Amino acid sequence: MASAASLIGAAGLIEAGAAHLTEVRLEAAALELSGVGHAFGPTEVLEGIDLALQPGQTVALVGPSGCGKTTLLHLVAGLLPLREGTISNRFASTACMFQQPRLLPWKTASENIALGLKARGMSRAQRAQRALELGERLGLGADDLAKFPHELSGGMQSRVALARALVLDPQLLLLDEPFSSLDIGLKTELYALLAEHQARRGMAVLMITHDLMEAVRLSDRILVMIAGPGRIARRLVLRDALGRRDDAWVYRSTAALLQDPVVRESFGLPEAQADGLELPAAVEPPPAPAGAPAACAAAPVPAFTIEDAPVRAHAPAHRC
Amino acid sequence: MNLLRLWLRGLPAYLWSGWGAIASLLLLMAAWEAVSQRYGALVLPDPRAAFHTLYGLLASGPGWSELAITARRALTGLALSIVAGSVLGLVAGLSMTASTMSRPLVTVLMGTPPIAWLVLAMLWFGASDGTPLFTVFIACFPLVFLGALQGARTLDGQLRDMARTFRLPLRMQVFDVYLPHMLSYLFPSWIAALGVSWKVVVMAELLASSDGVGAALAASRSQLDTATTMAWISAVVGLLLAVEYLVLEPFKREVERWRAPQA
Repeated sequence: MASAASLIGAAGLIEAGAAHLTEVRLEAAALELSGVGHAFGPTEVLEGIDLALQPGQTVALVGPSGCGKTTLLHLVAGLLPLREGTISNRFASTACMFQQPRLLPWKTASENIALGLKARGMSRAQRAQRALELGERLGLGADDLAKFPHELSGGMQSRVALARALVLDPQLLLLDEPFSSLDIGLKTELYALLAEHQARRGMAVLMITHDLMEAVRLSDRILVMIAGPGRIARRLVLRDALGRRDDAWVYRSTAALLQDPVVRESFGLPEAQADGLELPAAVEPPPAPAGAPAACAAAPVPAFTIEDAPVRAHAPAHRC
Repeated sequence: MNLLRLWLRGLPAYLWSGWGAIASLLLLMAAWEAVSQRYGALVLPDPRAAFHTLYGLLASGPGWSELAITARRALTGLALSIVAGSVLGLVAGLSMTASTMSRPLVTVLMGTPPIAWLVLAMLWFGASDGTPLFTVFIACFPLVFLGALQGARTLDGQLRDMARTFRLPLRMQVFDVYLPHMLSYLFPSWIAALGVSWKVVVMAELLASSDGVGAALAASRSQLDTATTMAWISAVVGLLLAVEYLVLEPFKREVERWRAPQA
């Protein structure tokens, strides 16, 4: 444990200020889960989940398949009755995007996008107009919008599903591994669309993924879940703002994250080889944060802050 | 109005695609004529004779009125079974218990031959309209019921969840999510039921009624008039073909345009 912890240290973790940051967040949180648990029959799938999310923030839940991520999201979305703990969602509107596009096959892309608007009682012409505007921004032309889902490629269907959620201008967007079946180019494109929308509207995002790189790229905080029963084993705060994360930063930070013993345990990876492993963090230091002392730029720059105690005690100081 | 427009829009292309079907019908005629030439007009009159008799029946005889009586009975029975079967099947499909319980009952209904129902109906309803109506109803009901049951059981849980997260009001859940899915199961079962109703009504009339195509068939049989028999058969089959391929099929095509073409 200790040697692994020092590896994280090598990747450049700082441990300062995490505790009080959390407190501030809890105060302002518009979505708050405390002590949430769930069981399917006798099988406990979730236990003691605490989570807070404030407007404009992105929180990623990562973990292996079957660790209860989707159950947790369904609880937040109100698709499952809450059995244990409390969930308070003070966001004015919530929208969901699922792992599969889940489009209505008998409706055109445009009608699918406008589904939520129709539920709100918007007129047909207005709905079509909104779908057209948003579709255009998401790379869906008028001819694509007139097609039925089976006539669209998988990537196009995902765009339609994303548009269907975004057209509602939700304050909170719940994402359940929505990009997991897409190729890397398409993923990057949709990430950008999501980030753009988020920046403009101050939308909060709670996303589920088993793709660590996706979590590192998109989120402000990463919650690592462990199965049996599902619980949060690690809370990480990402340091750089979304706009400052280039590919190199994402690769390096993901590699560093993969050295975390909790993450390795969660995904059932064998323990990291001891100190011999040189982390990619050393290859090329990322740009220093604004206002950081110059000396710090040379040293490996921390990518994460760990919010919970266990490792912090052992981590070597890499403070600037 | 909207439906009518859909139907009209699809019609020309659909009719053009019907040449293959017409060719195969003409082949059937040829086979009919071959058999009639081989075995003689008493066993099987040739198509021209049959159609000539049919023309006579329709132009000056009891043709249309008998057909109308038969059609009324078949369609009334069919309508009753469609309404009852769709509603009950849907309700049964929504509950696991109800669908498990109703399945064997439906199998019993399906397995009982229509002629057995007819005998019972004759005892219950006598020579009234009730006999063919009931027989048609009971023969079509399980088909429609099973279609509705399947449709309700296979409702996509994922789409249902989606509908809930998007807060669709009940009206939209029914008309935008459930009904279109159900229709894709119900429509084929309705078409199958139409075929069954048409066959069963003629059988019921033949044994139990004094009017309608079935009764006319019984009369022509007793007079050994094969030409009239074949004329009535052609009329019944032709009417069924017309209803199914000119009304239901093009309508179904337009309504189900969203379906991925079957490979």
